[in-house]
Amino acid sequence: MSKITVSATVNGDAADFVCDATETLLDVLRDRLGLTGAKEGCGTGDCGACSVILNDRLVCACLVLGAEAQGAKIETVEGLANGETLHPLQRKFIEHAALQCGVCTPGFLVAAKSLIDHNPDPTEEQVRYWLAGNLCRCTGYDKIVRAVLDAAAEMREANHAA
Amino acid sequence: MPLDAKPGMDFKVIGTRPVRPDGIDKVTGRARFGADFNMPGQLTGRVLRSPHAHARVKSIDVSQALKLQGVKAVVTRDDFNADAVDPALMDVLVNVMARDKVLYEGHAVAAVAAVDAPTARQALKLIKVDYEILPHVTDVEEAMKPSAPVLHADMFTDGVEPRPTKASNIASRVEFGHGDVEAGFQQADVIVEREFRTEAAHQGYIEPHAVVASMGADGYAEMWCCTQGHFMVRNISAHLNGVDVSKLRVTASEIGGGFGGKTTVFLEPVALALSRKANRPVKLVMTRDEVFRASGPTSSSYVKVKIGAKKDGTITGAYAELAYQGGAFRGSPVDMGAMCTYACYDLKNVQVVGYDVVVNRPKQAAYRAPGAPQAAFGVESVIDELAQKLGMDPIDLRLKNAARDGTKSSYGPTFGPNGLIQTLEAAKNHPNYKVKLGPHQGRGVAVGFWFNFGGQTAVSMNVNIDGSIALAVGTPDIGGSRASMGLMAAEELGIAYDKVRTIVADTASLGFNDVTEGSRVTFSSGLATVQAARDAIKKMCGRAAQMWGIPEDAVEWKDGHAHPAGANAGNFPPMSLADIAKDAGNTGGPIAGHCEVNAEGAGISFATHLVDVEVDPQTGRTQVLRYTVIQDAGKAIHPTYVEGQYQGGAAQGVGWALNEEYIYGKDGRLQNAGFLDYRIPVCSDLPMIDTVIIEVPNPGHPYGVRGVGETGIVPPLGAVGNAVSHACGHRMTVVPMSPPRSLKAIKG
Repeated sequence: MSKITVSATVNGDAADFVCDATETLLDVLRDRLGLTGAKEGCGTGDCGACSVILNDRLVCACLVLGAEAQGAKIETVEGLANGETLHPLQRKFIEHAALQCGVCTPGFLVAAKSLIDHNPDPTEEQVRYWLAGNLCRCTGYDKIVRAVLDAAAEMREANHAA
Repeated sequence: MPLDAKPGMDFKVIGTRPVRPDGIDKVTGRARFGADFNMPGQLTGRVLRSPHAHARVKSIDVSQALKLQGVKAVVTRDDFNADAVDPALMDVLVNVMARDKVLYEGHAVAAVAAVDAPTARQALKLIKVDYEILPHVTDVEEAMKPSAPVLHADMFTDGVEPRPTKASNIASRVEFGHGDVEAGFQQADVIVEREFRTEAAHQGYIEPHAVVASMGADGYAEMWCCTQGHFMVRNISAHLNGVDVSKLRVTASEIGGGFGGKTTVFLEPVALALSRKANRPVKLVMTRDEVFRASGPTSSSYVKVKIGAKKDGTITGAYAELAYQGGAFRGSPVDMGAMCTYACYDLKNVQVVGYDVVVNRPKQAAYRAPGAPQAAFGVESVIDELAQKLGMDPIDLRLKNAARDGTKSSYGPTFGPNGLIQTLEAAKNHPNYKVKLGPHQGRGVAVGFWFNFGGQTAVSMNVNIDGSIALAVGTPDIGGSRASMGLMAAEELGIAYDKVRTIVADTASLGFNDVTEGSRVTFSSGLATVQAARDAIKKMCGRAAQMWGIPEDAVEWKDGHAHPAGANAGNFPPMSLADIAKDAGNTGGPIAGHCEVNAEGAGISFATHLVDVEVDPQTGRTQVLRYTVIQDAGKAIHPTYVEGQYQGGAAQGVGWALNEEYIYGKDGRLQNAGFLDYRIPVCSDLPMIDTVIIEVPNPGHPYGVRGVGETGIVPPLGAVGNAVSHACGHRMTVVPMSPPRSLKAIKG
């Protein structure tokens, strides 16, 4: 099978790769670029464990073909922290124990970042509906929602101070 | 050293809420789960699965698959020597690779290893399996009928005298109880009798099963997989492949949820067989479709409950009959279900009969308090109806009959100290029990019980040169247990929590550990951690004694330091753990504490749940408005993670109660093998889940710990069922109470 050459930007860095026409963006991230933060929980867009931001839009990487990423700007969980400094969402997830097993966590963090990018002051209901595409089987979502609301509040305060 | 309770329980770090040691890895994407591990030269494996619910496998022809370029190995039933397999593990072998028959849709028939996934998928299409299709049965009640197709010609019901002469799908009959139920019913003023049915639910962990196996030409092998018990994986995978246990080393990856579903093997022995044949590492990962069709789920059930009570609410007799299907093999959790059925109640006359039934469905796997929720659904519903008939508050009726310290349980043992009464009283006083309900709303109460287990446990604690601690446990961490182990080690040693690093060690580095199951880890590995710390302390006191030139028993350990025990021992300044560690090389070498134990004394755990729901009269959809979990933890080592267990158990129970079910067609095939159609609760389905931690210490653990993981899924089916019944004005008897069922109940 002939391969397709793709040039994209992943977490701010240039990423060139070749892939088969049938490979998903999730396959490419995990198997070709070594970014295993995004997980395959279902492969059908139902669980959100592979959530990434593609050109500022929240997507399931399992529903995007690798070849479609030509020229795209991709953000994954690996790009959330700034060096040693965690993103407020990452810090709040740890502080609130918003994870048990942690396999859904990368998807939740990316989805929550996308929410806060779009809406810095979400209500609990808005958080719950925005995150309804991400499945968590461990927590019952309580601590996840609290962590997202807390992170959003902290980020608003930081922006206000700045 | 005896397991003395800590005097006065004046904890310094136990009960605090520090961050978990694996937190950063899990929020940055660095944590390595089952499918995140790769080895050089690794091949991709795929499993061929039966499209039929029941069929004889007449022949398997793999010759064309082997000819495909890039295919390196194919394995079938012929690659496993059934004659050499322990009869107790024969069902496990037959489940991981079908032999003369396929017993359910999704049953593994063959597996390939190839250079990449497309080649492996193509190879599966080239394998020719000649099936002779047989009649099938997927429903538990149908399977018990004399006319049902029989799955196993050699299955004669155990526990029945005389032993039946005709094979059937009823693997066994169990019975528990005491007293005379018929006499009990004679004394009753009110009797309620009903039948209930629950559909099968899947554990629904977000991480599919995954394994990498690598066996070299010398017969030594390594394996990396997501499992609740890597020692179990090692023992079974080695045995089924005829390999010495010592030649296989298994490392447990981070595990993306298990809930009981990862307490057995599916892919692991197959990956090892493929790797041996290909002489290369082989990675096998299930798709979500395979997870639904071939792993898990729990039993579907038929439950009949009959309870009689006097006008004052005293229960005089309680009977139940349970039939649970365990999939295609014996071993449904009906025995545990029968033991738990009436465990919450102090009863003079009680009898529970259970039937373990086989059907053409995947072999059931444990799911959080396996067997208990189905029976509790029936009992808690009937108790609620009795309260209605007697005009009593449902909590008061339960308080009147609740099990307590000294109750002879319905399954035999006499209970010790426990917190059931406290959970009921806390529920009655909770603000959520007093909120006024609106139209189409209903409130439900239910209680639940789980045994909790102990089991084989080994822990190793190394005191490092700088005074930090490396704690190795053998129980995979599925919900934050490394944090709890670190807390217990720090408490006992008298050092800071962040000085302890807890890891889950591989199978070559520790003695055998039972699987992470039965809510046993914080109890058993915790108990072993405390013992290992006491072992290390004893050694450190010995080193201090040596340096001070005084007898060992003249040294005592306090607040992380060795002290001379009293004025007669001498006047030496206290020596810290770090001081002793630094000089270990000069005082006798490395210092380590160990514990190998078969942990006994696990403490039973009870919970009371409260739920308010609103049922939409137009659609039948149920919205949970408020949910409250009140449970006895014995002692909450890390309260945040205890709350997390309570909330997670409740959420899973709500999903089972309202949405989740395996739906089979007449063809015996699963119709909803995906998260779109098998709908677990999403974020917008649930409210915040309130928790109350009751602490009635378990005398069997030095800090009073009880397991907390499983009890939380026992009450929700009954609690939600009672709430929906009140909202609909009709007694709900089938789980899940999906919108069509609730709508039917409303419309009558």
